[in-house]
Amino acid sequence: MEKKYTLVVFTEDKVGLLNRITIVFTRRHINIDSLTTSESEIHGIFRYTIVAKATPEMMKKVVDQIEKLTEVLRAFYYEAQDVVTQELALYKISTANITPMESLIRESSVRILDIEKEFIIIEKTGSRQEVLTLFEQLKPYGILQFACSGQVAVTKPMKELETYLKELNQAVEASNKIRSWKLKN
Amino acid sequence: MEKVSGADAVLLSLIEEGQDTVFGYPGGAVIPLYDSLYFKQDKIKHVLARHEQAAVHEAQAYAQITGKPGVCIVTSGPGATNAVTGIANANMDSVPLVVITGQVGSYFLGTDAFQETDVFGLSMPIAKWSAQITKAEDIASTMAKAFYIAVSGRPGVVVLEITKDALTSKTDFVYKKAPVLRSYAPYPKIADEVIDKAVEMINEAERPLILLGHGVLIARAEKTVKEFIEKSGIPFGSTLMGLTALPSDHPLNVGMLGMHGSYAVNMLTNKADLIIAIGMRFSDRVTGKLSGYAKNAKILHIEIDKSEIDKNVPVTLAVHGDLKSALSYLTPRIEKKTYNNWRKEFDKFYQMERTQVIERDTRSNEPLIQMGEPVAMISQKTDGNAVVITDVGQNQMIAARYYKFRIPGTFLTSGGLGTMGFGLPAAVGAAVAQKKLPVILFTGDGGFQMNEQELGTIIQENIPVKMVILNNSVLGMVRQWQNMFQGKRYSQTDLINPDFIKLADAYGIKAKRVEFREDLNSAIDEMLSFDGPYLLDIKVDKDMKVMPFIAPGSTVDEMKLVSND
Ligand SMILES: Cc1ncc(C[n+]2csc(CCOP(=O)(O)OP(=O)(O)O)c2C)c(N)n1
Repeated sequence: MEKKYTLVVFTEDKVGLLNRITIVFTRRHINIDSLTTSESEIHGIFRYTIVAKATPEMMKKVVDQIEKLTEVLRAFYYEAQDVVTQELALYKISTANITPMESLIRESSVRILDIEKEFIIIEKTGSRQEVLTLFEQLKPYGILQFACSGQVAVTKPMKELETYLKELNQAVEASNKIRSWKLKN
Repeated sequence: MEKVSGADAVLLSLIEEGQDTVFGYPGGAVIPLYDSLYFKQDKIKHVLARHEQAAVHEAQAYAQITGKPGVCIVTSGPGATNAVTGIANANMDSVPLVVITGQVGSYFLGTDAFQETDVFGLSMPIAKWSAQITKAEDIASTMAKAFYIAVSGRPGVVVLEITKDALTSKTDFVYKKAPVLRSYAPYPKIADEVIDKAVEMINEAERPLILLGHGVLIARAEKTVKEFIEKSGIPFGSTLMGLTALPSDHPLNVGMLGMHGSYAVNMLTNKADLIIAIGMRFSDRVTGKLSGYAKNAKILHIEIDKSEIDKNVPVTLAVHGDLKSALSYLTPRIEKKTYNNWRKEFDKFYQMERTQVIERDTRSNEPLIQMGEPVAMISQKTDGNAVVITDVGQNQMIAARYYKFRIPGTFLTSGGLGTMGFGLPAAVGAAVAQKKLPVILFTGDGGFQMNEQELGTIIQENIPVKMVILNNSVLGMVRQWQNMFQGKRYSQTDLINPDFIKLADAYGIKAKRVEFREDLNSAIDEMLSFDGPYLLDIKVDKDMKVMPFIAPGSTVDEMKLVSND
C-alpha cells in the first residue's frame, strides 16, 4: 500500500545534486509532492526534505539509490508519526471585501505582513490541511496570489547530524583500510 | 612553481594516474587538449576512433582487460552526445571509465553556443559521477576525484566536462591521488555477526547453489572465489558477465544463468535451498518472472552496492561489502563438503540439453551452417587462449554458450545495456590493451554494421583483430522472437547487406567468405594463423534459434529446451 513518506537527505554543497536526487524519483515514475532544501545546522551540509507517496518497499529502494549518490551523506525516510512538519503560506488578498474578512483573519492565527490600498498580504504557518482550509475560506473574497513553502520537517527518532558525521568518518576510515588491503592482495 | 595550462593539467593528471593510453576524437572545444597531447605523445598514446561511441566502447574494453580505468576524450556537443551510448553501456556493466568532454567557453554556458550541449545534465542518469569544470585550477583535484570514484566500490563511469577557457588558462599543478571524501565510503566494513550468520547458513544448506556475477571479475577475486567454491563443494552458475570467473569446464560449473543460459542451472534454481549470490544483481534476464524465482531458497547476497540488495530479490541475509574480503572471512570457516547427489541432478538436465540442443548446434547435420559450429571450432582450436568479444543478439548468446573459457576476464560483451555495435570497437580496445592473446570477435551482420567504421581504427593501429561475422542476413535475435511470439511476422528484420569481403578489402584487410560446412575448418585455420587483422564472413542459417529459452513472463523452471517448430 502506498503511504506518504518524508525523506530527509543530507548532502554536500554540489551543483547538480538536486537534479541527481530528483532523477531517482522520475526514473521510477514517482511524483514528488514537495521538496525544500536549505543549509542544515552544520555549515556546508545541505538538508533536503522531500515528501512523496510510495509503497514501503519502493521507498526503501529510492532511499538506497539516493544514498548511493557520491555526494549524499545520509538519506532517511519517515512515516507521518515520526516527523513534525510545518508549511508556510502567503496569501495576497484583495481589500475590496475587507470588512467581512476581518473576523476570519483574526480567528485564523495569521500574521499580516503588508497592507496596501488594493490588497493585504497575510502569512499562515501550519499543516498542509490548515493552509488549504484557510485558502478555501479566503477564496470568496478574491485571492490575488497564493504561495506555499512545501513541507519542512524535523524528525523525532533521528540522531544528531554530528553523530552521523562521526559514523561516516569511521566508515570512510574502515573503507580506506579495506582499499589498502585490496591494493596489496 | 611553473604554471601549466589546463590542458597540460589534464594530461599531467593522466600521467599521475599511470595512464598511458587514451581513446578519442578531436574537435573544436578540445583542440587545446589535443595540442597539449602533441607534446606528450611519448607518454600518452592516443587511439583515434572513427566515432565517439566506438571510442568509449574501446576505452571500456581496454579497462576490462587492463584493470585500469579507461580514458576517453571527446569534443563538446555532437562529440559528447555520440559518446552517450558508450557511457551508458559501460556504467550499466560497472566498468570504470573517465570520459573527458570539451565544452564551450564558460562565458558561453547556457546560451546555445555553437556545439554546446548540457553534457553534465545528460550524463546524470547514466554515469556514476560527473562534474563540470570551468577553472583550470580545479582540474587536478577533480581528475583525482574522478579516478578515485570511477574505480572504487562498484566501479562506473565518470564524466568530466571541461570548458574551453579552463583548458587554455594557466594554473599551478599539484596532484593528490584518491582524495578522502566524507560522503563516500566505497568499501563497507562487514560486521562479524553477519559473517557468523552466513557461515551458519552455508553449513546448514543441503542443496546450495552459488551464482557468480561480473563483480567477481571486477574485484579480481577469481582465486578467492575458486578457493571458496572448492572448499564448499557447492555447484555454481554464472551470469553472462561473470562467465569467465572460473573455467567453463570446472567440475562444479553448472552453466550460465538466465534467459538463454544452461538448462540445468535454470531448471534447478527453484530446487535449491540456499542461493549464494556473489557480485551479481539478479537482473531480470537472470531471474525470469520474479514471483517464481528461487522459491525454496534462502538468499545470501554478497554485494558491494547497497542499493542492489533487496532491489529485485528479497534477501535472507546480505553481506554488504567487498566480495573478496567477505570470502576471505568465509572460506576458512565453512565446512569442507561435497554435494554429490545434488550435483548429479544437474548432469541429468545437462544430458538432455547436450543431446537435444548442443549436438545440433555445434555438430550439425542441418543443410546450413549453424552459428554454434564456428564458435565451437574456434573454441577447440584456441583452447581458451583468446580474448573473445561479442556483439549483441544470437551471436552473443551462441558465443557465450559454446566458447569454453579458461582465463578470467577473457570474455567481453554488452550485458546490462545490450548495445548492438559494441563488438567491433570492444575488440579494438582489447587488442590495444594486450598483445599476448588473439582477439576474436563474434558479431552479427546487423551489429557489425552499427560500428563497422572502426575497420579504419584497426588499420591505423595495425591490430590483428579476428572478426567473425555470423552472417544470417537478418536481425537474428529479433527475428527469433518474431518467430516464437509474433506468428512469424518478420517485420523489418531482413537485411540487404554489403559485400563484407569487398568492404574489408577497401581497408586493405584480408577477408574470406564461407558458405559451406566443408570450408569452415580450413578458413578458421587460415584466420587464426594469419598475422594481422582478418575478417571471416560465415553464412549461417537464419532460422536457427537460440535454445533453451526462458520466455518473457515465464519462471526459470519453465525454461523451454527446444522450440516447438
Ligand atoms: C543499438 C541497438 N539497437 C537495437 C537492438 C535490438 N536488438 C537486439 S538483438 C538484435 C538483432 C541483432 O541482429 P544481428 O546483429 O544480425 O545479430 P544476430 O542476432 O543475427 O546474431 C536487435 C535489433 C539492440 N540490442 N541494440
